[in-house]
Amino acid sequence: MATALDRGLEKDQPVELQAAGTRRRGGVGRVLMYLLLVVIAAVFILPLVVVVSASLKFSAEIFTDPGILPADPGFENYTALFARAEFLTWFRNSAIVSTVGTFVTLTITSLSAYAFARIDFPFKNLLFGVLITTLVLPGIMFLVPQFKLIADLGLYNTLPALVLPGLAGVFGVFFMRQFFLGLPVELEEAAYVDGASRLRTFVAIALPLAGPALATLAVITFLAFWNDYLWPVIICQDNCTLPAGLRLLQSQYTGDPGLVMAGATVAAIPVLILYLLLQRYIVQSVASSGIKG
Amino acid sequence: MSSMAAATPGRPRSGIGGLLSRLVWGSGKDRRRRIGENRTTPYLFILPHFAIFSVMILFPFFLGIWISLHDSTALRDGPFVGLRWYQQLFDPSSFQFPRFWNSVWNTIIFVIISTPLLIGLGLALAALLNQQIRGRNIFRAIYFVPWTLSVSVVGLTWWWMFNGNAGFITLFMESTLGWSPNWLATTPWAWITILVATLWWTIGFNTIILLAGMQAIAVDLYEAASIDGANKWQQFKSITLPSLRPILLLVITLQVIASFQLVGQPQLMTGGGPPSELGGETAPVLLHVFGTGFGGRRELSLAAAMAIIVAAIMIAVSIVNFRLFSSERS
Repeated sequence: MATALDRGLEKDQPVELQAAGTRRRGGVGRVLMYLLLVVIAAVFILPLVVVVSASLKFSAEIFTDPGILPADPGFENYTALFARAEFLTWFRNSAIVSTVGTFVTLTITSLSAYAFARIDFPFKNLLFGVLITTLVLPGIMFLVPQFKLIADLGLYNTLPALVLPGLAGVFGVFFMRQFFLGLPVELEEAAYVDGASRLRTFVAIALPLAGPALATLAVITFLAFWNDYLWPVIICQDNCTLPAGLRLLQSQYTGDPGLVMAGATVAAIPVLILYLLLQRYIVQSVASSGIKG
Repeated sequence: MSSMAAATPGRPRSGIGGLLSRLVWGSGKDRRRRIGENRTTPYLFILPHFAIFSVMILFPFFLGIWISLHDSTALRDGPFVGLRWYQQLFDPSSFQFPRFWNSVWNTIIFVIISTPLLIGLGLALAALLNQQIRGRNIFRAIYFVPWTLSVSVVGLTWWWMFNGNAGFITLFMESTLGWSPNWLATTPWAWITILVATLWWTIGFNTIILLAGMQAIAVDLYEAASIDGANKWQQFKSITLPSLRPILLLVITLQVIASFQLVGQPQLMTGGGPPSELGGETAPVLLHVFGTGFGGRRELSLAAAMAIIVAAIMIAVSIVNFRLFSSERS
């Protein structure tokens, strides 16, 4: 039972207050509420358990052994997957695209955002207006021309093709600009008066202060690159990332769901580990920035 | 070394000249430029991103319109055909018309059904988590887990859960009810599986945003209301919901846009099927555009025209949604 004691344990205080005299809810009500919370949590977790369970059943076991706990669990599906050169390529591509994409996005968007936030220059509002306008345009209208452009550049089915459109995203510029605008300008002015260049002021003063915002942007960007599905499906034939590769795997192994589930598990594990480590932080990042996947 | 900064030219402050100068020079809050600072510095700062942006977003915006006015496939660049594709897509007697609008209609139905569920259940979960409970952060974290996954993991997860061959839900229903629908291959079940997968995947997002909004509401309001004798439901209706208005507007707008771009779930779970004369009973418009441009005959121009029509519809819906919500009750 929750008492006044655990109010101090949680940082986010519930904004719940009862009328005098009904300070605490009846025991039954509270038990039911926790039961409901736990049942909902089970509904969210169960499909993941089923997937991992299926991935541990080799070949026909998946049809003969319906239990959630596999009778004879083994990693045969995983060894089979990693024995395929194609799968290794997808995994490697996902890792490269996500890390390089995140690093480059952070670099170029914070540079651009800093100029938009701190320096006054001709056509600034016009340029920023162009950037912001594309934020409200639906992604669907860019698929065909981006495909055509990448294909005409001879980049179809290549690593750069997987990462390029993501680097052009405007959200990071918008997000970092908001952050820089909220920083007090005095520190930078002091550096400035001392003769530091704009770039030096940016690197030595503004960027270290932007640590939390950069971390938020890094997490969001990494997830976006790692999870992106439609673009890789369009632009790769076999040189894919994991999410797009899973679609190929599914079409090749319709009769072997255990193998497909092992693939899904491999694609899920890095983000689940990241989430486990940074859970509270990721939830707050998304809650504060309001981005839809 | 660096060129001396020229004195900023005199600028008219009013009229068209003023407007133009504000457009070019900005609002004028931070107009200092350091003496000796190179005038190109700010452009060098924005250059890396803006260059990639210009090539990968700005140029494709116009390229998309250009392609939609030609007769090109992925294999060859075709001649200029003007508005032919748009005419076909709006001509009820054309081959394309029923197929395209059927997929648009499928999408609209999905948006209409999924949005209230995703918002309503998100609100309910947020309200539940906003109670005085132990371990709120743990429950919140669990409800949010699926959102961190790729749509392809989500699609495959539910493809297996509802699979006709030994899928978890199929087996469970057969053992308890003695019967299970052929979930993925018959309607309306196929739509229900897509809806369930979508709810599971994205409801946590709506929940944490709405919960953050609820926690920002001042406690005094609830105190005052409970002194006046308002019960929980009255407090929710008269304090929580009105205070959440701006956040609800944001969440609903994002939700409508996201639901409009439904594609991964049907692509991996039902393949758009069961098949119908008009090309798939669970095929949303983005899957139709995908199939037109990147499958079969790879008709890029036709797909580009479809995408532009869909984008126009989405922008119109967003504007209407915004208007409805900001004018209501004001």
